[in-house]
Amino acid sequence: MSAPILRVAGLSAHIAGQQVVEDVSFEVPATGVTALLGRNGVGKTSTLKAIIGLIGRRGTVEFDGERIDGQPTHRIVQRGIGYVPEDREVFASLSVEENLRLAERHGGPNRTLVDELFPDLVARASQPAGTLSGGQQQMVSLARALINDNRLLLVDEPTKGLAPLIVVDVAEALARAARAVPILLVEQNLEVVRKLAHTVVVLEGGRVAHVGLAQELLDDDELTKRLLGVHSAHAQANGEAS
Amino acid sequence: MSTVILLIITGLGLGALYFLVASGLSLIYGLMGVLNFAHGSFLTLGAFAGWEFARRMGGGSWLTFFASLVVGAVVGAVVAAATEFLLIRRLYERHIEQVLVTVGLALASVALFDGIWGTDPIYVTGPAWLTQTSDILGARVPNDRFVLIIAAVFVLLAIVAFLKFTRYGLIIRAGVENRSMVTALGIDVRRAFTVVFAIGGAAAGLGGVLASHYFGYVSPQLGGSLLIFAFIVTVIGGLGSLAGAAMASVIVAILQQFANFFLGGTGDLVVVLLLAAVLLIRPTGLRGSKA
Repeated sequence: MSAPILRVAGLSAHIAGQQVVEDVSFEVPATGVTALLGRNGVGKTSTLKAIIGLIGRRGTVEFDGERIDGQPTHRIVQRGIGYVPEDREVFASLSVEENLRLAERHGGPNRTLVDELFPDLVARASQPAGTLSGGQQQMVSLARALINDNRLLLVDEPTKGLAPLIVVDVAEALARAARAVPILLVEQNLEVVRKLAHTVVVLEGGRVAHVGLAQELLDDDELTKRLLGVHSAHAQANGEAS
Repeated sequence: MSTVILLIITGLGLGALYFLVASGLSLIYGLMGVLNFAHGSFLTLGAFAGWEFARRMGGGSWLTFFASLVVGAVVGAVVAAATEFLLIRRLYERHIEQVLVTVGLALASVALFDGIWGTDPIYVTGPAWLTQTSDILGARVPNDRFVLIIAAVFVLLAIVAFLKFTRYGLIIRAGVENRSMVTALGIDVRRAFTVVFAIGGAAAGLGGVLASHYFGYVSPQLGGSLLIFAFIVTVIGGLGSLAGAAMASVIVAILQQFANFFLGGTGDLVVVLLLAAVLLIRPTGLRGSKA
């Protein structure tokens, strides 16, 4: 088995002096999708932000064998980590094209892939991103991460608030991306997790409560209920975690 | 009628001066959230540098005048960039410290200018045409107002073109919206901070040389007196909005001129009342998204 692409050890993070992640340790394999799960407010988003230094943190973060926890965010990202934030965070006043151009680090080597995955964005290139629908904004956000040759993607709740049809499109885009690049995915929709993830890391109260195979967790209704607060069968039927 | 025309054109000239100072303030606040109280020092230093250059070149020729504008802008840009790099960079997100440092720098720089050039106003000379007037529909308009207006329009267009057509402009526009997301795209936003300080300093330095011709003198207090109105303009226009700063500069200056003429020299009072009204009715300013 190849070495993990990301190794997090003893990671603690704080926002405005308040501890939001406590002594978290896990690894992300160099291939496939690893889902970071947990109930609302357990520190999933904060963990992603702490990995790339967007919030204050302590502990060790190794990316491809090298420590990155002492580096500023832009340097970490330049090493090849793409970040898709919760709530998209597109630049509303910039056009779709400008959002993508801003994200290009090396002349946009994956422009073809992005255009292929999101043809709607090509047609809306000159439209201000703030006027797009939620689903289209999510595509811009994903495209910004996919446009570069990243070696890891951190994707935070990409299907949140999207219509079911758009969720299918986003999941499909992530599945295609995952063939080329490992993904650490925060996701509440367990159907999407079941479809994409191989491994899961479950947080509880800012700490790691469970690490294992996604299939095993989602097949174990009792464990899923205990860790995530929902029945996996219920989640399967409704496509929602909460 | 001629009085109204005179007040409008002189108002536009004064507004141009306000804009040259406010444009930098607005850009700096918009991108970095820094209220730069030392911005007037860039203006004063630009004015002194322009005057020193013109004095040493010995003349009131147009070539010397334009060259002094360039000198003022370059000195303003270099000092502003150095201020950001050496002082402000360590203090991002620490707003109290930023205020203390920039206020301290403003006070210290006035003392420094006093020490170098003395406390008395130094009268400047330029091309004779600048001190003359032109007849516009019966109004005798001082010619330097036209130069101010042209310079402000040039600066506005140059900044807009920079923001629209360059990668740094793209970074700055994005950074005004969401600085941390720009960083999360792998961009060192601190370089953009330095660039913005340099642009603001250049506009202030240029404004300093033009202000010295507008007022007829340069003094260590020149920047401080204009900075107050530039802050008012920046707040009325909407913190972080260049277009808002341009609109507010014109509105404030013309209102000030009319109030001074028709309401017995109450221009400053009217401007402060306008500021209060804007803050009460529209706290984000004319074009701002945050205050």
